[in-house]
Amino acid sequence: MQRRRRRLLWALAAASGVLMLAGLAAGGDGWSWAGFTQLLQGPDAGLIVGQIRAPRTLGAWLTGALLGLAGAVAQGLFRNPLADPFLLGSASGASLAVVAVLAAGTLGAQGLGPPAAGMLSRVGLVAAAFAGALGGVLLTLMLARGAQHTLRLLLAGVVVGVVLTAVSDLLTLAAPEALRGRQVFMLGSTGFLGWDSCLMLGSGLVLALPMAQRLSRTLDALVLGEDSARSLGLALPQLRLALICLLAAATGLAVSQAGLVAFVGLAAPHLVRRYAPGPHGYTLLASAAAGAVLLLAADVAARTLIAPQELPVGVLTAVFGGTYLLLLLNRQSPS
Amino acid sequence: MTQATAPSARALWRLLLVACLLAPAWVGAAPPQRIVSLVPGLTESLCALGACARLVGTDRYSNWPSEVQALPKLGGLDDAQVERIAALRPDLVLAAPSARAVQRLEALGLRVIVLHTRSHQDVRHNLLRLGAELGDEARAQQVWRQIEAQMAEAAARVPAALRGRSVYFEVESSPYAAGPTSFIGETLVQLGLNNIVPAALGPFPKLSPEFVVRAQPELVIAEARNLQDMAQRPGWAALRALQRQRLCSFPTERYEVLVRPGPRMGLAALQLADCLAAIGKDQGMDAR
Repeated sequence: MQRRRRRLLWALAAASGVLMLAGLAAGGDGWSWAGFTQLLQGPDAGLIVGQIRAPRTLGAWLTGALLGLAGAVAQGLFRNPLADPFLLGSASGASLAVVAVLAAGTLGAQGLGPPAAGMLSRVGLVAAAFAGALGGVLLTLMLARGAQHTLRLLLAGVVVGVVLTAVSDLLTLAAPEALRGRQVFMLGSTGFLGWDSCLMLGSGLVLALPMAQRLSRTLDALVLGEDSARSLGLALPQLRLALICLLAAATGLAVSQAGLVAFVGLAAPHLVRRYAPGPHGYTLLASAAAGAVLLLAADVAARTLIAPQELPVGVLTAVFGGTYLLLLLNRQSPS
Repeated sequence: MTQATAPSARALWRLLLVACLLAPAWVGAAPPQRIVSLVPGLTESLCALGACARLVGTDRYSNWPSEVQALPKLGGLDDAQVERIAALRPDLVLAAPSARAVQRLEALGLRVIVLHTRSHQDVRHNLLRLGAELGDEARAQQVWRQIEAQMAEAAARVPAALRGRSVYFEVESSPYAAGPTSFIGETLVQLGLNNIVPAALGPFPKLSPEFVVRAQPELVIAEARNLQDMAQRPGWAALRALQRQRLCSFPTERYEVLVRPGPRMGLAALQLADCLAAIGKDQGMDAR
């Protein structure tokens, strides 16, 4: 088993390397090595490859890693293989904030008052989405009165999701011009990632991974059940709160930069556990790597499949992740 | 040694700072030659100012005038394809507010002008701004005067019997209407019509279907494909405007003229006036 685990990590690292190269070579004019070498020799190399393709590629990888990590934390924390990073209201909170910013112009004309609306539209979509994601989770925590009870937390998350989504629906009714922007956000997009985004995502991942590693023992203990974990002397309420903060921050960061990329957070930990189950210390790291590879592969495909047009990356992650997961389940179900 | 170099280094920094401050002025002095427009109304405005040939790419919805259809389509405002836009090396990008693409394009060093297209005043402002950018303000003034002249001509063509009649302009079948504060609503006001939608509901409110039926608009304006089965909506057969065929139905291509805030607003008013004149002639709208 140890060898399988190591093999998976090497495979993910190799896939990351190959996909990074592919990400630099693939662009608006589709997939062509000749075109790429020509581009590198031309005057546009710095702008197209250095300023656009490189940060987009790295950004997609980092976003996927954060989502994979958050997914593994969520599934461990709730001891539920169906848990995903968006479970605690971060997705609906982020989309509500995005819709509010998009609708600010119209809302300003109707009652909200121009100063408030002006302030809203000056807040960037990225900052708004991040604040919204954290706000959603905070609301869930408040409704569940802390992180002690799993079921209450999950229910509160569902309620917050439904209510905040309804509020964004209401806002888009008042300001239909926000609809298209909202749809793009919901489908996820890696097209706007620049070096500044990479810096944010990268520092997030660098902070989150060691923190997750430190908390991995808690997740391992939780596998045995909450009572056993408690009997091991773990201060569960505090540790669970720390895990939720980690989950919320990682998800919020990813969502604010790339929108609601579907399925990466759900599929990545599954792929890891199916292929090489292990303690959470390993699963968290490998899930981050698997999420990164999954999202980067989807990003490269989104750019090239119908070039010069582009597909929404979230659609592809759902198709790739979903198909692969189904194949895995099918292959293993007879045993 | 360090003391000797310090003042000259400081002078160099100052020079650099001044250069940075002045750079936009120098760049702004030359009219843009390679323009990307991400808003159909702005594409149309640019072409009306005779700068169609300077466009190197547009969003996927820009389709008029016909020569822009051959240009690279660079996605929409919300999912603009940053790499393809940058590869075109534009010296000006036209966009609408609240799009993430704007931040990204600006970060790449492109010059982006963000313009609203909500009202007649916005359209006028945009024309003048683009005219100033292109160094041809006189032409912008002329285009705006032509729009105003067309509006006045359209208003004069509306039969007297139709003035003050109530109107429902459907933008989308859910149903979304054009309110009096939208640019479409402003045109309807200029034509002397009375919008069934109160101004307080905003530019494009979603209405309750019942509201429309109870308001009993005397005229209904909509895209042909929406108007086709309007009577089949529950209760809508009771609309007297539908029963008496007091309808302005526009096929998609002509309907687009009505819903684009740009230089064709005058033409849109004329289209509406022609329809109203035809209704007036057919029905002798006297009995209310």
